[in-house]
Amino acid sequence: MTEIFNITLLSLQVSAIATVISLLMGLPFGTWLALGNFRGRSFILSIINTGMALPPVVVGLVVAIMLWRSGPLGSLHLIYTPVAIIIAQTIIAAPVVTGLTAAALEALDPRLQQQLLGLGASRGQMIWYLWREARLPLLAALMAGFGSVISEVGASMMVGGNIRGQTRVLTTAIVLETSKGEFGQALALSTLLLVLTYLINLALTWIQQKGAKK
Amino acid sequence: MIQIRDLLIQRNGIDALRINSLDIQRGETLTVVGPNGAGKSTLLLALAHLIKPASGEIIYEGKSQKQWDELEYRRKISFVFQSPLLMDMSVEQNVALGLTFRGTPKDEIFERVGKWMKQLGVESLSKRRAGQLSGGEAQRVSLARAFVLDPELLLLDEPFSALDPPTRAKLFEDLSALLKEDHRTAVFVTHNLNEATKLSHRIAVIVGGMLRQVGTARQIKSKPADETVAAFLHELPQ
Repeated sequence: MTEIFNITLLSLQVSAIATVISLLMGLPFGTWLALGNFRGRSFILSIINTGMALPPVVVGLVVAIMLWRSGPLGSLHLIYTPVAIIIAQTIIAAPVVTGLTAAALEALDPRLQQQLLGLGASRGQMIWYLWREARLPLLAALMAGFGSVISEVGASMMVGGNIRGQTRVLTTAIVLETSKGEFGQALALSTLLLVLTYLINLALTWIQQKGAKK
Repeated sequence: MIQIRDLLIQRNGIDALRINSLDIQRGETLTVVGPNGAGKSTLLLALAHLIKPASGEIIYEGKSQKQWDELEYRRKISFVFQSPLLMDMSVEQNVALGLTFRGTPKDEIFERVGKWMKQLGVESLSKRRAGQLSGGEAQRVSLARAFVLDPELLLLDEPFSALDPPTRAKLFEDLSALLKEDHRTAVFVTHNLNEATKLSHRIAVIVGGMLRQVGTARQIKSKPADETVAAFLHELPQ
């Protein structure tokens, strides 16, 4: 029971940290892409949109090569640690948050920027109020980012190694139990993962809908 | 108060507006008329420092726009767009927006917002969300949001064009009274020559991206500068 609790806690911790880092990167970057008018903008957006469909197993492979003992970042000794899983999951979630942030801001009336500046907003104040105006789709971006990492298994398996008591998370534990033929255990862990994901999304949806009704 | 000299504005690489010389006096209401796409809104955006000229300059209070700190300059001005563009918040929060940007103390915001909501007849709607307002109510809120800032220069870009005739007439009357009452400097874009005549000290006619003529309503009606101006005035609703 304690082991399941620890696996669940680690799953939530790494996915939450990866989502927060993705948000800290994706929100400003997506805003820059949405509001900017520069050469190569469409190209960068197409890369980000492709990144939204990055296969976790490919991300896992690249991160594993980078963190491998003989790899460029091998000296950091991060392979098979929770930090490695966070790095891989951040790479998966960041394009999702960036792309959806850009889409959310592009959906606003473009004259709103001019109106806010015309009322004396500084650039920072204008961006803050645009985020506020697009808060519902931005929350959806957060939910999509979290959803993409809590449910992935390929990257966590490859860079975390599914080490008992250290890097085993719910998805990798489900794969292990299935490979052992322990379908009952695998189903129980799957149910737990589904319930957790549901509860987190329920809370975020509640916040989102509360904002919509205001 | 404002001098425009040899101004050229380009949008997407194309010449959008050319003005050789135009002066706006303090306390004056200048109405800008012209067909769609003539460059009227471009002039307001340039005056508000929201687009930069390709060449020439706008001199405000004796100082070129380029020499002003952009934020300091923009905070002397209020801009009312054709569409109210209210934020998804209550009426009073919308009216308070510009004061919030300026870091005005809460007590002062409360007092000024209350005064201007009353002045524009939206006091009873103060707690209502912007999305629940009619077109006329929303534009009243938009005007209150601009006036509450006590701007040195008020820019109004066809603020009544989307309203039905009775609402438009009432709101026009109210705006006209407000502008006359405190002698505020304003540049008002409209398609309606009757409104232009009633509201303004002078009228500027822009056609095809060029300022063609500036003068009083009488001067423009009786002596159009050229055939283009005459043809345009003939097409305008009276």
